[in-house]
Amino acid sequence: MLTFKIFYGLLKMNLNLPDVKIKIGFEIHQQLDTKKKLFCDCYCVDANNLDSTFIRKLRPTQSELGFFDSTTIFESKKNRLIKYHFSPNSSCLVEADEEPPHDINSDALETALIISLALHSTIVDEIHVMRKIVIDGSNTSGFQRTMLIATGGYIEVNDNKIGIQTISLEEDASKIISDDGVFREYSLDRLGVPLIEIAVEPVTVSGKIEEIIKIATTIGQLLRASKRVSRGLGSIRQDVNISINDGNVVEVKGVQQLDQLFTMIKYEIFRQHGLMLISEKLKTIQKTHEIAIGSKIIDVHDIMNNSKSKVIKKIITSSGDCIFKAIRIDGFGGLLGFEPYPGIRLGKELGELVRFYGIGGIFHSDELPNYGITLQEVQMVRKRLDIITDEINAFILVGGPSEILDYVINAICERLSYALIGVPYETRAITVEGKTVFSRPRAGSARMYPETDIPPFQISPLLLESLYTKIPKTWNDIILSITQKYKINIQLAEQIFDSRYYQIFEKISDSTSIPPSFVASKLVEDITNLERQGFDSKLLTIDMIKDVFSRLELNEIAKESIPLIFEKIMKNDVAGVEDAIVVLGLKSLTETELNEVIDSIIQEYSDIIKSKGRDSFSLLMGRSMSKLRGKVDGQKVNNIIKQKLEQLVHNRSK
Amino acid sequence: MVIKMNIEFNKSYSNYNYFLAENNLSIGDTVDVKTKETQYVGILMNRYESYDKNHIVLKLKNGYNIGIQIAKIQSIKKSDNLLKSGFQNKSFISNVSENLTLNQELPKVMLLSTGGTIASKIDYRTGAVTGLLSASDLYTSVPELKNYASVDTEVILNEYSENIEPFHWTLITNKIAEKINQNQYSGIIVSHGTDTMSYTAAALSFSLTNLPIPIILVGSQKSSDRPSSDAPTNLVGAITLATRLDYSGVFVSMHENLSDDVIACHLGTRVRKNHTSKRGAFESIDVSPIALVKDHEIQIKDFQSDFILNKRITDHGLQKNKLIAKPNFDPHVFLLKFYPGLDPKIIDNIQLLGYKILIIEGTGLGHVNKKFISHLKKSIDSGILVFMTSQCIWGKTRLTVYDTGRDLLSIGVIPLSNMLSETAVVKAMWLLANTEFKNIKTLMNVNYFNEISNITSIC
Ligand SMILES: [Zn+2]
Repeated sequence: MLTFKIFYGLLKMNLNLPDVKIKIGFEIHQQLDTKKKLFCDCYCVDANNLDSTFIRKLRPTQSELGFFDSTTIFESKKNRLIKYHFSPNSSCLVEADEEPPHDINSDALETALIISLALHSTIVDEIHVMRKIVIDGSNTSGFQRTMLIATGGYIEVNDNKIGIQTISLEEDASKIISDDGVFREYSLDRLGVPLIEIAVEPVTVSGKIEEIIKIATTIGQLLRASKRVSRGLGSIRQDVNISINDGNVVEVKGVQQLDQLFTMIKYEIFRQHGLMLISEKLKTIQKTHEIAIGSKIIDVHDIMNNSKSKVIKKIITSSGDCIFKAIRIDGFGGLLGFEPYPGIRLGKELGELVRFYGIGGIFHSDELPNYGITLQEVQMVRKRLDIITDEINAFILVGGPSEILDYVINAICERLSYALIGVPYETRAITVEGKTVFSRPRAGSARMYPETDIPPFQISPLLLESLYTKIPKTWNDIILSITQKYKINIQLAEQIFDSRYYQIFEKISDSTSIPPSFVASKLVEDITNLERQGFDSKLLTIDMIKDVFSRLELNEIAKESIPLIFEKIMKNDVAGVEDAIVVLGLKSLTETELNEVIDSIIQEYSDIIKSKGRDSFSLLMGRSMSKLRGKVDGQKVNNIIKQKLEQLVHNRSK
Repeated sequence: MVIKMNIEFNKSYSNYNYFLAENNLSIGDTVDVKTKETQYVGILMNRYESYDKNHIVLKLKNGYNIGIQIAKIQSIKKSDNLLKSGFQNKSFISNVSENLTLNQELPKVMLLSTGGTIASKIDYRTGAVTGLLSASDLYTSVPELKNYASVDTEVILNEYSENIEPFHWTLITNKIAEKINQNQYSGIIVSHGTDTMSYTAAALSFSLTNLPIPIILVGSQKSSDRPSSDAPTNLVGAITLATRLDYSGVFVSMHENLSDDVIACHLGTRVRKNHTSKRGAFESIDVSPIALVKDHEIQIKDFQSDFILNKRITDHGLQKNKLIAKPNFDPHVFLLKFYPGLDPKIIDNIQLLGYKILIIEGTGLGHVNKKFISHLKKSIDSGILVFMTSQCIWGKTRLTVYDTGRDLLSIGVIPLSNMLSETAVVKAMWLLANTEFKNIKTLMNVNYFNEISNITSIC
């Protein structure tokens, strides 16, 4: 089946990007680091467990202007049941859509306003909370609450002003757990976490996609500079809008990593240009032949039911009440399998489209006979469609449950009518390899409806005035001042500033004599290392960290002990710092105790010292450290042994 | 046409529509708006009447609504590019309203709409949700209904349920009787706001005796303008019950819990709204729901042996002969909730206000402070009927257990077993309008439609 054909290395080939006008815009979605959710008082934390569940079904509703949104209709045709998993530690009746929303989280609103001011945007006079209808189940209510906070503005990137379109504040959606075709399952913990969405004005890139990445990075840094946003995987997502030669804009959702972004944009440019090349071919054909999509659509299940093809048999057995239909498409002969670039074909686009309806794929005349479908069967289909000129007229064969097949055929015809224009206006998803696949028709503005549970509200000029003082400095200014104040390198400064330990780092560095570079490396590198080993940094509280460093300041523990203490705590082996020190036997020794230990070792190895003299140092050092590691600074032990050994050797030589 | 906005805009507009008229603009126009700081293009939307008059509402191209302060507007003019066309994707709209061809073999159901959130959408007058969708709109938006019944619809009221009064019960009673007398329906559904739905259910339970078919009240806790509304599933449950429940009588069909897959069927006299917002707010008190509807199948629950439930009459020809409708209610019934600190003089005042029956929601088994005894006695002696229910909601009253109870009994307070206080009020209003006053004392404790359950459910 054509849709299962392996995609062979378009991205690996060093094709030059086509010479086209590329326009790219962004929507950056960033989770805010608020304690509570946007419209209820639940904490923004992961669910303890997901044992409790309930079941829902969502239906399309009309928009405020009386239209149904295409995405919503599309989704409702799938008629799924949705199962939600929840835990009381992270969700209440509001997330379950069993209680009206509470007042808006003022911290989240403040953050959105501050970021709007930082981006020189104009804050709207009166904010209206809207419902963005989404009935795939990711929101229990069937809509995402969202509000436009500001419009316009800019961000400076490499001395260019990059325009901002809109800034909105919205609720994050539920996390999908699974989808078996009957039930789609979600967990509720992430639902309602505040998100800020920043839409960047599309920019024309002159061949250099790197500029785009720089814009994304700069906005990301601005957000992080506010110290009001969440960190970690999944806390920032990008939707990218791409168009070439002023064609339709394609939205690619859910880009989480910047390196992925680069590959994806390249792929999408080839794909869109490929579709344009196909449209040019079609236009040429149009001059001499009629182009007609679905000029005849016939039921061919009798032909297919007798087919020996395993693929066909599989379709029949896997879908109840399965029928097959053939669609005649005049003027498309040769164009369904035509590849302007490797792996870019109309046939493939159709395959992705039908999968949205839960159908495995389609067959088209350019690739048949194949997949066990015989020439004879193909000819029977052609005959029934009255196709005489194979090279001009094509057909598509598709099979599936009878109750949805007509919708699928509608969608196929719709998609093919776009082939003349080139690129359809649609939403695509990014794959692991950085390619894009069709995910749904692009959501229109018709899915916006006022949130009647929350009255519109105005931002008082007084509040706004007070927020100007909270606008964050630029990332570069912040990092520069950290490197200067604490005498640490840029990389470490970025790491510590970006971590959740920045405040405690400042406090320790400002109030003790411990070198800031040491504090920063313990807090960033050591903790990250331990996290990589699978230990839980959440067990290590800010108070514990403060305790550890103050003990170091008082020489109660040695520098080397810090990672050991952190490890014990993060492993959940001990209750606290004191406990860790006792368990690890890390209490620092007094000068006298230290000397006693070293003296006893010198005593023990006096014979060797006598024979080897200064060469016995490493032996003594080793023995001493095995007893003293973590209790005394190694350098100190080194000095004492050296001094004592020198004394002994010196005395003897006298 | 550009209208220059000068000093004019600094005055506060007492009427938003006046502002629009003054500028030759009307709701739905696409306009270009220039303010001191920026500019917008959007469609002028209605502004909720209850909000201030200093802002206009614009729907931008991306679908967001925003409010713009009128004082900041420098110019506003009709835009050349009409946004409206960009608001829809035509090709998909055709699929929405599928042609409705009904199977004539299907059982017939009458859906009477009274308003409430099962049939509501946004109201620009208040900005809140209001009952505007007609029952026939509702039928269009729940297309699967066509698989189960041929539904006739009629809008008989358009009221929030808190605005329903006893005379509305009369109106509904008469309408149901009229429909039953047409001898064609397998069941009648009444869509109703949820707040007072259990009162109406109780009222119809008394006003319609010898019902030949089930009357199903249905509502929704989440308005039908939301994709997650419980209205469609409640309605499908109601249709299933109206067409296939073996019993006649008045019932309430609502979610069993927070899931969309099970609908409970409650007795009209034993049901209560026990939560402000949950889908599963309605509960049967002291008994289990009589049936559950799952996957369009009715599962009858084991209910108490002393329940009287009549079988439905399937022969339409025999239906109209049996029905007795006594639609009137007399609202001179007072419901008093006792609480510590309540002044007993209130009892004297209730009588002065012309009430003829007093239903008390006492504490526990049915008690009030001993200071009330003398006041109650005075009222009873002068002809007021006093009945006792419990504010515990669950369980029976019992006045023989403690001294206070025995004192109340001795002065003539009549306990009402486990009748819900709300049901007791409705029953008293109905008896007041339909029987001789002297009989009410006894009749209150006569079981009409299982408003008293002699056996209280163990779970
Ligand atoms: Zn919550």
